[in-house]
Amino acid sequence: MESFLNRYRNITVLLLVIFAQLVLLAVQVKNDQDVRIIRVWTVTAVTPVARVIEAVRGSTVGFVRNYFMLHDADAENRRLREEVGRLKIQNIFLQNQLNTADRAKALQVFQSKTASKMVAATVIGSSASTGSKIVLVDAGTPAGIQRGMAVVTPDGIVGKVLAAYPTGSEVQLITDPEFAAGVISQKNGVRGTLKGQGTPTCKLDYVPLEEKVEVGEMLYTSGDDRIFPRGFPAGVVKVVRNAQPFKEILVEPTGLQHEIDDVLIIVEGVHQQIPLVPPANQPVYMAPQPPADQKAPAPAPAGVAAAGASPGANPAGGTEADKLRSVYKSVGEAQNHTFGEGLPGSKPPDFTKLPTGPAGAAPPGNTTVPKPAGPPATNPATPPTGAPPAGTTAPPKQPDTQRKANQAAGAGPGQGQIN
Amino acid sequence: MDYSSGPLLVSQRERQSKKFRAWVLFAIPLAALLFQISVPRFFQFVGFLDMPLLVVVYFSLMWRNQLGGLAIGALMGLAQDSLSHDPLGMFGIDKTLVGYFAASVGVRLDVDNAVLRLLLTFFSYLFHQCLYWVMSHALLGRQMAFEGQRWLLLGLMNAVVGVSLYHFLDKLRESV
Repeated sequence: MESFLNRYRNITVLLLVIFAQLVLLAVQVKNDQDVRIIRVWTVTAVTPVARVIEAVRGSTVGFVRNYFMLHDADAENRRLREEVGRLKIQNIFLQNQLNTADRAKALQVFQSKTASKMVAATVIGSSASTGSKIVLVDAGTPAGIQRGMAVVTPDGIVGKVLAAYPTGSEVQLITDPEFAAGVISQKNGVRGTLKGQGTPTCKLDYVPLEEKVEVGEMLYTSGDDRIFPRGFPAGVVKVVRNAQPFKEILVEPTGLQHEIDDVLIIVEGVHQQIPLVPPANQPVYMAPQPPADQKAPAPAPAGVAAAGASPGANPAGGTEADKLRSVYKSVGEAQNHTFGEGLPGSKPPDFTKLPTGPAGAAPPGNTTVPKPAGPPATNPATPPTGAPPAGTTAPPKQPDTQRKANQAAGAGPGQGQIN
Repeated sequence: MDYSSGPLLVSQRERQSKKFRAWVLFAIPLAALLFQISVPRFFQFVGFLDMPLLVVVYFSLMWRNQLGGLAIGALMGLAQDSLSHDPLGMFGIDKTLVGYFAASVGVRLDVDNAVLRLLLTFFSYLFHQCLYWVMSHALLGRQMAFEGQRWLLLGLMNAVVGVSLYHFLDKLRESV
């Protein structure tokens, strides 16, 4: 027997090790419980080193990006380069501090706006398995983290805590194939289950065919899953197809649109209202106001200029009808007539004294005949046919034939009865 | 028939000519685990690498000791299970068998040969993936797709990276 065991010692040990692990596996699967102590050992051994590596990586990346890439630009001056390099290193340090402060500030603002109590955490590693979407964060049980807590960012939900350890926690991202959360659509209030697929997009499942979900619609957590409080953004609907037995809906998670470095873990969730309008994802750039125009406006036709100067009048660039209306209005004002107030049968203004001007200001029927622009009339009360104001020259006298043609076209029967 | 005279076979003297320093045995597996959890976060193109597997294959080949191979395979596998939230034992069983078989090959062949290392790593990766797929189906009831072509490609890429990695790790061995 002894010689038999010696001869097959290696294969015997192999079978024992495999058998032990099979038993371990069976116990976990059958009881649906974890053998926590082994995980605690491993995570405790790995997370401190991972944290150090993350700190070194952050510093190195900042240094490389901000120093070495700009190093060549300073090659022209050796003396100044040393000085600039020294200042840059200082700048990098300060910039890193600023970035950290900005991120922390953004999270603080979000925390202050949200009723839920949250704990900030930094992502320090990802899963050791290539298929799953799990990350390690540096907040653990001492910070009050427990399994099942929701993880969010100001942009949306990120995932949930799978396991909490003394030195860190495992977070299952919403893109993980085993992730699921209850959501509700913002516009139509359709409920469904958001599931990860192992890809950057998620799937909205269990939405009946008769329900209406639109592309671009925002999804929020419904609170039904008892993990995510109601009202946190979950994603944007990207694709909607009819399939059997439910609709096939693909969702782009808003919380994972950017690289996640810092997250918030909800330790005490408070349900919120679903917003009536989706949040603006990107700020809109507003250009500064243009400077005051110092140039004098281009000379305008006499009638139009008079109309433009009057309050509420249309500018010179209006339509032909606007220009014509301005001409008649100026004539009416010159004769102390207010349009819209005269009774039927009262005396209308004398439209035979229309101002002279180019085509734009001329009455209908005369628009194709170009006329030289007269001096701008600055006072709307000044009669167009009266004496010109000081500093201006008198318009050329119109021939009688032209005036008669204008009268026939512009002030013909039916056109002069404007009250 | 004397097989030890072939170019790919190893002599008894060569088998025990070198060994690893103690810190290497601790640091390299830890580094492999840290690589697996840290680097793909920022460089997704290296997400195909199974660094713990490469380390298990290398140490098993170099030790030429089946018990040592299965031990490091089991430890690395369980550690990977712990960090991936798989049930403990999935990667453990997988890598235990890989370590044992790699060590069995190392006993008989000249594992310093680059081509042989390439082939061994390639087949180890395929075996690892297939076994994981079978166990996921049979033991956990998971519905995973059988991605044969993808595994072949990833196996080749892992093998190429593995040979380069082994060349670096060879320098950490010391003669005795």
